[in-house]
This record gives sequence, C-alpha cells and structure tokens, in this order.
Amino acid sequence: MDLEFSKEELAFREEVRAFVAAKLPEGIREKIDQGQPLNKQEIVHWQKILYEKGWIAPNWPVELGGTGWSPTQMYIFDDEMGAAGAPPVVPFGLKMVAPVIYTFGTEEQKKRFLPDILASNVWWCQGYSEPGSGSDLASLTTRAVRDGDHYVVNGIKAWTTLAQHADWIFCLVRTDPNAKKQQGITFLLIDMKTPGVTVHPVITMEGDHEVNETHFEDVRVPVANRVGGENQGWTCAKYLLTHERTSVANIGNLKRNLRRLRREAGKIKAGDGVLLEQPTFARRVAEVEIQITALEFTTLRILSQVARGGAPGAESSLLKVRGTEIQQALTELLLEAAGYEGFAFVPEGGKALGAKFTARAAANYFNFRKVTIYGGSSEIQKNIMTKAVLGL
Amino acid sequence: MDFAFTEEQNLLRDSVRKFVEKDYAFEARRALLKTDLGFSREHWKGFAELGWTALPFSEADGGLSGKAVDTMIVLEELGKGLVLEPYLPTIVFAGGLLRRASDALRERYLPGLIGGETIAAVGYADPESRFDLATVTTTAKREGNGFVLSGKKLAVLAGHAADILIVSARTSGEMNARDGITLFVLDAKTAGLERVNYATVDGLRAANITLNGVKVGADQVIGEVDKGLPILEAVTDEVIVALGAEATGLMEVLYKSTVAYCKERKQFGVPIAAFQVLQHRMVDMFMEYEQFKSMTYMATMTQDAQRPLGKAASGLKVMLTRCGRMIGHAAIQNHGGMGMTDELAVSHFFKRLTMIDLLFGNADYHLDRYRTLPE
Repeated sequence: MDLEFSKEELAFREEVRAFVAAKLPEGIREKIDQGQPLNKQEIVHWQKILYEKGWIAPNWPVELGGTGWSPTQMYIFDDEMGAAGAPPVVPFGLKMVAPVIYTFGTEEQKKRFLPDILASNVWWCQGYSEPGSGSDLASLTTRAVRDGDHYVVNGIKAWTTLAQHADWIFCLVRTDPNAKKQQGITFLLIDMKTPGVTVHPVITMEGDHEVNETHFEDVRVPVANRVGGENQGWTCAKYLLTHERTSVANIGNLKRNLRRLRREAGKIKAGDGVLLEQPTFARRVAEVEIQITALEFTTLRILSQVARGGAPGAESSLLKVRGTEIQQALTELLLEAAGYEGFAFVPEGGKALGAKFTARAAANYFNFRKVTIYGGSSEIQKNIMTKAVLGL
Repeated sequence: MDFAFTEEQNLLRDSVRKFVEKDYAFEARRALLKTDLGFSREHWKGFAELGWTALPFSEADGGLSGKAVDTMIVLEELGKGLVLEPYLPTIVFAGGLLRRASDALRERYLPGLIGGETIAAVGYADPESRFDLATVTTTAKREGNGFVLSGKKLAVLAGHAADILIVSARTSGEMNARDGITLFVLDAKTAGLERVNYATVDGLRAANITLNGVKVGADQVIGEVDKGLPILEAVTDEVIVALGAEATGLMEVLYKSTVAYCKERKQFGVPIAAFQVLQHRMVDMFMEYEQFKSMTYMATMTQDAQRPLGKAASGLKVMLTRCGRMIGHAAIQNHGGMGMTDELAVSHFFKRLTMIDLLFGNADYHLDRYRTLPE
C-alpha cells in the first residue's frame, strides 16, 4: 500500500493542471465558481477545446477517440478538472449513448453518429423515464409499432434534461407489449426535428428551465436507427446504467465546492468575526470535509480493484449514494452561509444583491434535491446493493 | 497510489486469522475473561514467537521494521476475534513511546517487550484531563539526581498486568501548558505506586494508578524534560490509527454477522432479511463500514508516508464515532431481542466498539481538534 502517485502519474497530473489553467476560459470558470448554469454555447465551446486536445472522451476505445488512460489517470483527470472548476461534459452523448453505439451498434451507426458526438457537433438527450415509469423504468409504455422500414412512436418521455438544446434523443420504447416487461423494449435513436416530436419545458422549483417533457405523436423513425435487436433494448439500458454510475463521485468537484464554501463563509461577517470561525458552523464544515476524505479513499480503493482487473460492481452504488449526499450537504451549508443575502430570488443569469455567490445559493440548494433522485434514486441504489453486496 | 498488499502482508494476515479461528472461539474467550489476568500469557508468548510483538520496532532494536500497514493488518484481524491480549496498549502505545526513547532505555526495555516477557502500559489521563493530553496535574519534582512523582492516572489499559508503566507528569508550567510535560518510565513495583485494577465494560482490564511520591531516576525520561507532549501526541495519533484498524475488524464482523442472522431468523413466515426496512439498514451498515475502512487506509498510508498525522487521526476518530454508532446500533436493532443478550457475540462487539469510541477522545473532541489543526 502506498499513498503516493508514481512519477508518471504526477507528471500526468501536472500536464492536466497546466492544460486546464491555460485553456479554460475565465468567463466559464467564473460561472462555475459562482454556481451559475452555463448556456449551450459555453458548454459546446469548452467541449470543443477538450476535443481538440483529444481529451473529450477518455472512456472511449482508443481507436474511436479514447485516450487509453489507466483508471488512475482517469481519476486524476476528473479530479483536476473538477478542482479547477472546469464544467463537467454533458454526459448524454459522450458518456451514455456513445458507449451503447460502440458496444451494440452497427458499423454504419458508429460511422454516422460517433464522430459528431466526439466533436460536440450534435447535442443528445436521454429519453428513459416516463410520467408513469420512474424507478420502475422497465414499465415504460412509449409504443413503437413497426410500419415497413420505420417504427411509429407514440408516448411521452419525462425529465429530458436540456432537450431544448438537443438535436437527437435516445429512447427506450416498447415494441412488444405482450412480452415480460424487460423483454419487449427496444433502443431507438430519434432525430428531434422529426415531425411529431415536441418539447415542453418543465420549470423546477428554483425557477430554472433544465428539464422537459418530450412528446412523440406518430413519430416515424427509420429502422436503421435501432441500436441492437428489436426487443433487446434492456440490455443496452442496463449496460448504460452501470456506465452512468461509475463516474458519479467527482471528488475534485466536491473539494472545490468545499474550498468555495470555506472562502465565502470566511468573508461572511458574523458578530465581530466571520461565520467560518463560529464553532458550530466550522464543525459542520469539518464533518463534510471528513466525509469527502472517506469517499475519496473509497473511490481510490474501487479504482485500484478495477486497475487490478476487478469490476467496480455494486460498490459504485455506494459512491452514488454518498457522493450525492455530500453534494447536497455542501449546497445546504452554502445557503445557510448566505443568510439574509440568500433571500432574494435571482432569475437565471441575474445578478446578486450581495456577495456574488448568494445569487445561486438557494437555487442550487433546491436544484440539488434532484441528485439523490436521478440516475437511480438512493433507494434504488440500496436495492441494488442489497442484491449484489449483501447477497439477498 | 496502490492499495495492494504484499505477499508477506497477506501471509501475516493469514497467520493472525488462523490464530483467531483456532484459539479465539467465543467460548474460549469467555473462559479467558473469567481468569484473574483476563488474557493468556501463553498466547502472548505465541505472539512473540510469531514475530507480531517485534513488528513495529527497528531491526537495530531487534524488531522487524514493519510499517503501519503491518500493524493495521494485525489489529484488524485481532479485532475480528475480540482478542484480549494487550497488543494495542503494550506494543503500539508503550512500544511507540519506547521506540522514541534513548539508546539506554531501548536496550533496557525493548528486548523484554519484543520477547513477550514484559507487559507495558501508559498512564496519560489525569482526573482533570478528559481527552486533552496537555492537561496534566500529576507532578514530577526534582530531587537529587531524579524526580518524585505524585498524582493519579485513570483508565490505564493493561495497567493491571504491567511490569513497566510510562506516565506523563508535569515538571513545570500551568496544568494545561503544552510545555512542561515529561514522560517517565517506571517499574510498576516501585514503592508508592498503587493500582486499583478493574474489568472494563468491554471485557478488557485496566487500572487506576496512584503515584504517592514515586521516585524515579533522571535516566528514565523519554525524550527531554519538559518536552514530552509532542512525543505523546505523535504516538497517540499512531495508536488512534491502530485503533481504527481494530474498529474496522469489529465493524466488519458486526455488519456481516447481522446479514447472516437476518437471513436465518424467520418472522411472519419469511427470513427477516426479506424486509426492505432491514435490508436498507444493512446496506447503510455496509456503506458506513466501507467509508470507515477507507479512513483507516487513508490514515495508515499517511503514517507510512511520514506525513503529518494529526488531522488524519482526528478525522478517523470522528468517523469511528459516526460509523461505529450507526453500525453498532443497527446490529443490535436488526438482531432484535437476541441482540440484547450476553449470549450472542454481537453485544460483545458492540461494547468493544463503544469503548473504542471514547478512548483517546470522542467525535466532539476530535472534530474540534480536526478543524483547528493546520493542514
């Protein structure tokens, strides 16, 4: 056992650090630092910078544009990016649909879709959940009926994040209503410009437009846009869900938010001192820091297993549950730090009345209630761990 | 960054595990608890023959120059067996202090310690100290070529069996001044040294020790006069890390035995493990165990990397309280009424974990230490 990174790993860390210091636009860094959401243009701009460097899709196979990094290098990369305040890449194209396409897709589908995903030319969103299918995803009812070379799709997809920017959506649809529920599902790629696709904003409690409902009315989708076989979509879905969870606990990002909390609470006046020096508040900050340390080492232990050829398995559910709890705790402390300055409602992109960070303190606290719900709620993660880890 | 164990370390773990399996069945332990000594001299000799008592000492001192990781492995496995022999107080704590002593003191005491003949214990807590190592009211006054010690030391683990005692005493300054604390090595049979021996609630043995004008030579000082506190703090941090390893072993047994019990115990016609309320509680136990184990690894690796250990040790101790309480309470709750009994091992693991929680300071104490220590 050894705490130190190898010389090569340290050099790699320096390389990543130098790159992000030189290339991350100040305006983007500032927005992330203040907890402001980025617009589409900013996100694409940053992703193209990573693309040009060849670092946009570390997890992809090398021949398709991946980096061939070791699990430790991937960790260092994520950690440094998070620490520097680089925005996380939008996962739907690069981390979700792409692995499904390169694992289950045809050669033609790979050629057609992957280069544009890699270059962030095309924006993807995810069509999984439905109004009646949340945690019980396999109960989904969006219907796809075969009509010659096409499927005709009817139904509603819920919580389609940033669908307002999307060019394409990947969907789970029901092709066999009579089969056992997991067995009648197919994975389809749908062009958002197809007639019959409409996007309806859903405004969440903080006032942001981040998610939508996407409706499908007699939408004709070429059979060529099906990934995997008909009624084989659940295999893709399951594969993708494990991909979704392994990179959940971004330690660098947690640490940066902790530093930010310290910095801001160190400036908030409280009596004749500052908030950060009040023992009750300082103790809560220290508790979160200790939790982050534990999660960091749990992450490293899991990575070390992966590096020695083990599979991350259900332990990644632990990272999701604890990582999201810490994210929420940080937003909670930041809102409390804002105090009265956090009272004013500031619409997206608006300016704070007081310290800059206070503009988004309440909004992010409210918005981050989502993290223990999406991507498999904490309760679903516990069901997964019950089966896999406890052998029940 | 590497979390793999070496071949030697795996062998070490196997040998401790085998000892626990062979010699520490629950009933065998129960029999040991009833003896006057509360542990087995024969086992202790066995520890020495297997080289476990030599692990943390340098080869020059007759030891094996083991790392903190080696100590971690030993204590994690000893923890799983609720082993009663005084590895932590004698080898890690007293041994840790003696390792930093003069050539003469090391030559005098380490062979006996390593050979399994000498039991050593540390008295560091005075009635006014609570968990603060710097609050020392025991006094040491110069007299001739030595010192005369007066005061009281509480909860000296293994103090009942100790041949030698290491105590902190104030040679100058106010009762909580950082300067002015000196560490002395005493022969436990010295005139004026009185012990009140007792069993602790978790089945170990300890002593409260009164020093009534105990005379000790100047050559029995560890480090320098008045400069004992940094040594005591450094060693205590190492002991906390080792205690974390023991607690890791305890937590593993508590969570795994709870899962096993809930798979067997039937109510409403089904194993109670079928109930989601209990399942999720057990998943919480698993997560807390993994998070705590990570802290133990972090602190152990920090020690081996010879980085400052205070923050790591205090962070570990905070998590020990948080995770240990959750796991201990959940283990009892999921066992139901049976969890309350003396008959089942689960209550004994819970009691040990509870005492470890208080030892060297609870979470309140260490959270404040953590937030005020520099990086």
